[in-house]
Amino acid sequence: MPRFSVWGIRLALLHFLLGITFGAVLLVNKAIPLHPSLWALLPLHVDFMLMGWIVQLVFGVAYWIFPRFRGEPKRGDPRLAWAALALLNLGVWLLAAASLAARPDWQLPARALQAAAALLLAASLWGRAKPTETGKALMDAAAR
Amino acid sequence: MPAITRWFIKASLLYLVLALGLAIAQAAGLSIPGLSAVYFHLFLVGWVTQMIMGVGFWFFPKYNQQRPRGSEAAAWATFWLLNLGLLLRALAEPLFSGQAQPLWAWVLVASAAMQWLAGLLFVLNSWPRIKER
Repeated sequence: MPRFSVWGIRLALLHFLLGITFGAVLLVNKAIPLHPSLWALLPLHVDFMLMGWIVQLVFGVAYWIFPRFRGEPKRGDPRLAWAALALLNLGVWLLAAASLAARPDWQLPARALQAAAALLLAASLWGRAKPTETGKALMDAAAR
Repeated sequence: MPAITRWFIKASLLYLVLALGLAIAQAAGLSIPGLSAVYFHLFLVGWVTQMIMGVGFWFFPKYNQQRPRGSEAAAWATFWLLNLGLLLRALAEPLFSGQAQPLWAWVLVASAAMQWLAGLLFVLNSWPRIKER
């Protein structure tokens, strides 16, 4: 597993752990009201689970297992992938800060960071969504 | 494919069918408080997360030669805690939303604890397998 995927998947696991912790607190607070301010955790729960966990995990795993290029760099330009990972995490945490600090004006830059991460993620993986060398050889043989 | 992975995957497929069945029922006019939250969690926890857990247990790099997939016992505990917790939530949330009885409140608390523990076990068991070769 490449270093990038180790970081992506471990960050995804950390967001998963935080996301389910917020979810558990919210469910307990629904059943036995502890404090109304805990509802501020709801947007964090949603964003940590969707962006921090699922999107980040998919990115980390895809970077690892998608077909590689013949020449170097075999997984494409790593700067694209690292930039996507950094922007994604900045976006998730800025959105969390917006909710906790009651600063709705931070939501737009947070979403913009996440959208920029999505663009870079797509750019990083696009060329690697291709047949493997074995698959290509099989297709060539079938065409002959 | 190890047995635990088959259980995770088959359970996740059942949750997908269940979640979409619930979506059909809601679209057809079934309106019970708390049902939307149940739908989202059947879909995202029962289907998506459970599929990830099952495939991850199978697919992540080996922990070591003796225990290539880490702790099988932790994986089974994850499976049962997640599913029992999720099913209890699916049952208790609409009942609690309709009538806030203490019994259903405590079932929801137990459900939250079980699902959280399942997630913690999954992370602890997976973490050492996420490594460079």
